[in-house]
Amino acid sequence: MNYYDFLFAIEVLVGGLLSGVMYSLVAIGFVLIYKTSGVLNFAQGSMVLFAALTFVSLVERGVPFALSLLVTLAVMVALGFTIERTVLRPLVNRSPMTLFMATLGLSYIIEGAAQLIWGTQVHGLDLGIDDTPFEVGGILISSFDLLAAAIAAAMVAGLSAFFYSTRIGLTFRAVADDQFAALAVGLRLPRIWGTVWTTAGFVALVAGLLWGARLGVQFSLSLIVLKALPVLVLGGFDSILGAIVGGLIIGASEKLAEVYLGPFVGGGIEGWFAYALALVVLLVRPSGLFGQKTVERV
Amino acid sequence: MAVQALDAERLPIDWQKLALPAVLIAVAYGLIPTYASSYLVEAILLPFLALSLAAVGLNLLTGYCGQLSLGSSAFMAVGAFAAYNFNLRVEALPLVATMILAGISAAGIGILFGLPSLRLRGFYLAVSTLAAQFFVQWALTKFGWFSNDNPSGVISAPHLTVAGFSLDGPTGRYLLSVTMVIVLTGLVWRLVNSAIGRNFIAVRDNETAARVIGVPVLRTKLLAFAISSFIIGVAGVLWAFTYLRTVEPAGFNLDRSFQILFIIIIGGLASIRGAFLGAAFIVVFPLVLSRLGAFAFGGLFDSGVLDMSQRIVLGALIIIFLIAEPNGLSALFDRLKRRIGSRSS
Amino acid sequence: MIGASLGAAAYERAPEISRILAGAGPVEDTRRARLSAKADAILTLSGIGISFGGVTALSDVDLEVKSGEIRAVIGPNGAGKSSLINIISGLYHANHGTIAIDGQPFARVPANRLARLGVARTFQNLALFGGLSVRDNIASGRVHTRHTSFVEHIAGLPRARREDAVIAEKTDQIVVFLHLEAVADRLVATLPYGLQKRVELARALVAEPKILLLDEPMAGMTATEKAEMAGFVRAARDRHGVTIILIEHDIGVVMGLSDRVAVLDYGRKIADGTPAEVRADPAVIRAYIGTAEGEASDELL
Repeated sequence: MNYYDFLFAIEVLVGGLLSGVMYSLVAIGFVLIYKTSGVLNFAQGSMVLFAALTFVSLVERGVPFALSLLVTLAVMVALGFTIERTVLRPLVNRSPMTLFMATLGLSYIIEGAAQLIWGTQVHGLDLGIDDTPFEVGGILISSFDLLAAAIAAAMVAGLSAFFYSTRIGLTFRAVADDQFAALAVGLRLPRIWGTVWTTAGFVALVAGLLWGARLGVQFSLSLIVLKALPVLVLGGFDSILGAIVGGLIIGASEKLAEVYLGPFVGGGIEGWFAYALALVVLLVRPSGLFGQKTVERV
Repeated sequence: MAVQALDAERLPIDWQKLALPAVLIAVAYGLIPTYASSYLVEAILLPFLALSLAAVGLNLLTGYCGQLSLGSSAFMAVGAFAAYNFNLRVEALPLVATMILAGISAAGIGILFGLPSLRLRGFYLAVSTLAAQFFVQWALTKFGWFSNDNPSGVISAPHLTVAGFSLDGPTGRYLLSVTMVIVLTGLVWRLVNSAIGRNFIAVRDNETAARVIGVPVLRTKLLAFAISSFIIGVAGVLWAFTYLRTVEPAGFNLDRSFQILFIIIIGGLASIRGAFLGAAFIVVFPLVLSRLGAFAFGGLFDSGVLDMSQRIVLGALIIIFLIAEPNGLSALFDRLKRRIGSRSS
Repeated sequence: MIGASLGAAAYERAPEISRILAGAGPVEDTRRARLSAKADAILTLSGIGISFGGVTALSDVDLEVKSGEIRAVIGPNGAGKSSLINIISGLYHANHGTIAIDGQPFARVPANRLARLGVARTFQNLALFGGLSVRDNIASGRVHTRHTSFVEHIAGLPRARREDAVIAEKTDQIVVFLHLEAVADRLVATLPYGLQKRVELARALVAEPKILLLDEPMAGMTATEKAEMAGFVRAARDRHGVTIILIEHDIGVVMGLSDRVAVLDYGRKIADGTPAEVRADPAVIRAYIGTAEGEASDELL
């Protein structure tokens, strides 16, 4: 391998890591909800779509940027509490699989509603971020990707601080640890779940803006849930750290595989490569890299 | 998986219970071929039969054995493309043999993608079945061999003949389809009522206890994957050969997998009858919705709006069923029957 | 410690040899691999230890069970009783020690072969198959005796039918034995708790095990139900000769029912002997008074 090939490989790797951060961003939304309520929320992708679509439609109608952001956030809060009220509360104490299937139904509702309200056309979203690549030591790096990564990192730091140093974060962790015990000491689960779903809605908004600016705001945005799932499986459903590391691993290896493995099998492997990778890891570690191994209580 | 109610199917032989299937078979072979319009057959009955069979297959795996799969349509695709290739490449292979070989191919792929179930549980397994979904669709599109080098991976149904009779017309395809569905459903019915079917339920309800009493858990799971995939594979053949006649890999996408999952949720998990009720609902519901929408909103209710409102109503129905009637239409049906029974007596 | 150090030289090495044969590597400490040479010991635990994430649940526990006896294991909450039964049934794997079932030594009991080794168990929290009828739940206890394939079952071939008939007959016998006739065709999930416990006992008994492990079979029962259950347990031993290992909270029941009692506290065995011996043991009294289980210590005293 000569010097330029090596540089190219590094460039691919860096590009992969940066897009991996974008995967992590979506995956974190899942982890928040899974940790506190044991639900694998398939609707996270449609929440990303809903948030981005609401925001971009407001901006297009002349609402100022900041106000649009605020209104969208308010909508996501309302959505979070509505979901808690109408879907989660009636299904309390049901099996995780039932809850998962309910979120599948939820994703259909949110996707349908988002497009029924705002239409099905593709919207461009300009966040005013300059996307000219710049060069570091012979490697081209997209400045948009870098900024997106920085935002994601800031959000992870913010969420961690929130989780580990605020009172409400403490209750989150208590609920995540043991729902029944949390209930017994008088924590109000509905309020906590409402808050968690709101937080997940906020994460969805950030992810929706960044992904929307990258891909355009359209229906396919909700399909990023399919990108996030292998990340979750790899990292473990209940670990924020796992979501980040999983995203980086999947982003990087996916890009490397596409460039170096793809040509041998006819390309287009990004649809399943992440899943295959996640499966291989799972066969060695059935709860993902950072997932909690549960000792079966019998 | 929540505890499922014991089906009517699980009780010992009861002649009253056999009356309904007898009537249904009479309708299927007598009334429908004679009187049904070709629209009814082509647009409703053929998709209904293929989806019912697919749902019976998924119900075996998810409803009875408790292994959630999100990749059903991949196995439909394997069945359809395998049948196409067996028919194309093996001289004078009878249609029924083609279908069985297609089912066996789907079962083989099913076992392969069921292997993770030996180590994974719950969501981790559900996500790994997505791997089947994406990989199969990719492979069928990428490798021209599967579609005899059609540039967009499209395959067309061959001439359908059984014992010299051509079944290419709507009625012929209907008879082929309904016969396959009845035979396979009958076999599944026997299976779920046998000791093997009870092993499925044992694994679903309490895997640890099942292991300790000596249920071969791993073998049982793989068997569930194999038989379920076999049935779904044959359903894929019916979908491709009797209903659509021309299919491409993209037709067997994730939405189709979800559709089959929704059929068994709405119809009732661990209920064979539920698979049929759910499929009937899924096939008829968009037609009703579009009529209703056109009636209420006129021209405003275009195909885009229909598509979106269909998604919303379907999603809402899933949630409503999960909350209010976890055993689906099948249980609803039973309750209705009891109420009518108590009123008439 | 009864029987723990009576091992003859040949038996001393038995676990190690069989483990090497099984490819599991040599025992790290041969002196720990103690095995009873007593001819009538049907189950022997030697030096069992296990810990979960750094917390030791059991350490260096020996237990010897004679054929046909009712052997109770008692102790305060968290003493390691359930861990012990889960190790014997292969659901947990001990970090140290060996288990000999009917003379066959294991470092790890294979849970999926448990039934064929002649061991059946019940669970502390009900572990029935909610979607099956009472009769089907009980019949499932004999699943390890089946040899027929799914094809034979779908086709209804004679071999499958014969197998079904044999199992149905054994099931009927147990249904009668445990007075479950009235509810036999009901969905098990619709039964009251006490009856579900009894169905679990039935599912274990129908396997005709040599060793029966009962994990708190009377927990959460009323006094009448407890007396009834104790009667069934004793009858199971008297009529079928099954060896019973019983974990139970209710000391009153245990003392009346068992031939010998072992007491665990903080993962160690602190006493072992006849009910009378154990009742008089100062260490036992201390352990019970030292915990919040006032009710239990009252009964003990």
